[in-house]
Amino acid sequence: MEQENKPEGPSNNRHGNIDRREILKGLATVPVLGALFYGWYRKQKFDNLLKTAIREEVKLMDDNPAYNRTVSNERQIRLGIIGTGGRGRSLLKAAGFLRPELIDEYIEGAKNDKSDTRYAEFLDQPDLNVVVNGLCDIYDLNAEKGLNACANPKRTGTKDEVSKRPTRYKNYKELLAAEDIDAVIIATPDHWHGTITIKAAKAGKHVYCEKPMTWTVPETYEVVKAVNENNIVFQLGHQNRQTESFFKAKEAYEKGLLGPVNLVEVTTNRNDPEGAWVYAIDKEASRNNIDWEQFIGPAPYHDFSLERFFRWRCWWDYSTGLSGDLFTHEFDAMNQILGLGIPNSAVASGGIYFYKDGRSVPDVLQQVFEYPDRDLTLIYSASLSSNKMRGKMIMGHDAYMEVDNDLKIYADSGSTKYKDKISSGVIDPSLPLYSFTPGAKHVDAITSATEQYFASRGLLYTYRGGKRVDTSHLHIKDWLDCIRGGGKPSCNVEEGFEEAITAHMGTIALRENRKVYWDADKKLIV
Amino acid sequence: MTHNYKNINYPNMQLIGLVALRVLIGWHFLYEGLVKVINPNWSSAGYLMDSQGFLAGFYQSLATNQSVLPVVDFMNMWGLMAIGLGLILGCFSRIALSGGIILLLFYYLSHPPFVGLKYSLPMEGSYLIVNKNLIEMAALIVLLLFPTSKIVGIDRLIFRRKNK
Repeated sequence: MEQENKPEGPSNNRHGNIDRREILKGLATVPVLGALFYGWYRKQKFDNLLKTAIREEVKLMDDNPAYNRTVSNERQIRLGIIGTGGRGRSLLKAAGFLRPELIDEYIEGAKNDKSDTRYAEFLDQPDLNVVVNGLCDIYDLNAEKGLNACANPKRTGTKDEVSKRPTRYKNYKELLAAEDIDAVIIATPDHWHGTITIKAAKAGKHVYCEKPMTWTVPETYEVVKAVNENNIVFQLGHQNRQTESFFKAKEAYEKGLLGPVNLVEVTTNRNDPEGAWVYAIDKEASRNNIDWEQFIGPAPYHDFSLERFFRWRCWWDYSTGLSGDLFTHEFDAMNQILGLGIPNSAVASGGIYFYKDGRSVPDVLQQVFEYPDRDLTLIYSASLSSNKMRGKMIMGHDAYMEVDNDLKIYADSGSTKYKDKISSGVIDPSLPLYSFTPGAKHVDAITSATEQYFASRGLLYTYRGGKRVDTSHLHIKDWLDCIRGGGKPSCNVEEGFEEAITAHMGTIALRENRKVYWDADKKLIV
Repeated sequence: MTHNYKNINYPNMQLIGLVALRVLIGWHFLYEGLVKVINPNWSSAGYLMDSQGFLAGFYQSLATNQSVLPVVDFMNMWGLMAIGLGLILGCFSRIALSGGIILLLFYYLSHPPFVGLKYSLPMEGSYLIVNKNLIEMAALIVLLLFPTSKIVGIDRLIFRRKNK
């Protein structure tokens, strides 16, 4: 301790050259670097060994799924839209049409908040080369909003000039008879989906219809018949068909990563009035600007009611309840990943436990579907009064998979397939065997609770090449590609039939309080 | 805080202690930098978005601005690497130490362990006001006040002629 260390001093020789002692003191800590890099090299080697071993097991591509279809969009497609409420206008946006007032709002939003990228993203959305020639909505204000959107193909604000507005038809039948319309988007309440689809198909128009495909069982068969007989291109509005993580999930399942899958659990959890279909009622709305008789259509007659008009999802008279409205999203995702098809049987229970506001559809619902041929049970569990997030869970003997906008696969501690690798420490059941997070480098700003719900379920947007894209845009593009270049859309009438029948089985089981079966030979619900 | 390095001298054991502290903190920085550099998907976005406290808005705005975020990421990755190397090798130590102090202050202020603040990213210990970032920062301040790189470190060779 007596010896003192000085930066300068006796170790320098007279000539000012650096002697050996100097250099040693200068570089004394360099070996530490060597140690760190050696340690790092060992760690990398070890990690790589694990990764290689896991990759051999997993055999999934590291890269994003490839999208091969390239169809020229040279030919312009002339659209008509029936129903320009909230969902209808979202679809118009996905097709490239947004009201100038909203563009102003987007521009203003981007000015005030740099994370607000709605404007840039909308401008980035590829042009689908479509024009909207006809529009039908039975509520004047919604029709007005829709017309303004359609007249803005250049995506400009209110300061700029707009194009010609499409024709507004007071009745959907007139729209379907129009010569200058090739294809229609149907975004009406559920009780109109089947009727309009059938009429549109018979009029030779291609159809993009919102989910669920039908409101009643009999019309489900008629839709299939009309679509097939008239040879039209039909796309059901399950935009999850475009979600990147679901492609990966399908790949993982088909490669047998999960082993035998015996239980699948899908859920809905929302906890805000809008999520429970208690939508705002426009102050301007009245008997004078709503065509109530046309709204009722195939539904049982009821006196004019603003509540019923705006919150139609709360009544069986117009709605398909949780099963048709939200279970169908979950079912179609599972049908996409696992190829489930129609179940052999269904039971259901639930009730109106929280929203005692006069509605007739339950806000809590459980449905259990059996697939004995697949040795598999599908459970749906929903609450509109709890936000507890429960992912889509596919449980296999060897691994389980949690999939929504991202995908995680965990080896099961009791797995047979991974037994050796688990006991040798190569696979750790507490860590994902495989995980896929599209667009990992981005932060996503989502505004409302219901939007967050849809985003988390992979229904609002997905990624292509690391870039965020509206899934509905891709889904409409898929439909247009098939109209132009042939082929079947990703959620065509066959998948639609499976979706509708399954949802109806759940609803019948609930409303008739019995176990419902599917007679696959006769193609009948019994 | 201008030091006359010519007058600085430490007994052996003190020098060993200070250099060891410098090298250990350098190791920590360098490895933190390395794991970020080699991970193509690493981004500070999640960490920044998790920020709480009186500067949360500022940190979150860094994450949500797509033109700023890559800069923050770059400075983090390569800043950590450069500081780590500087501390281990004793090379441009004052710059490395100052950079390290600033970086740790940024980390501390983004996730201050104050009463009432909750984070979604897990912490590896229990903290109240003082956490490891703050302690590591204090240690770097000590190293700034008790410099060693001109005794043991490349700075001895770099600044040799200038100081002569």
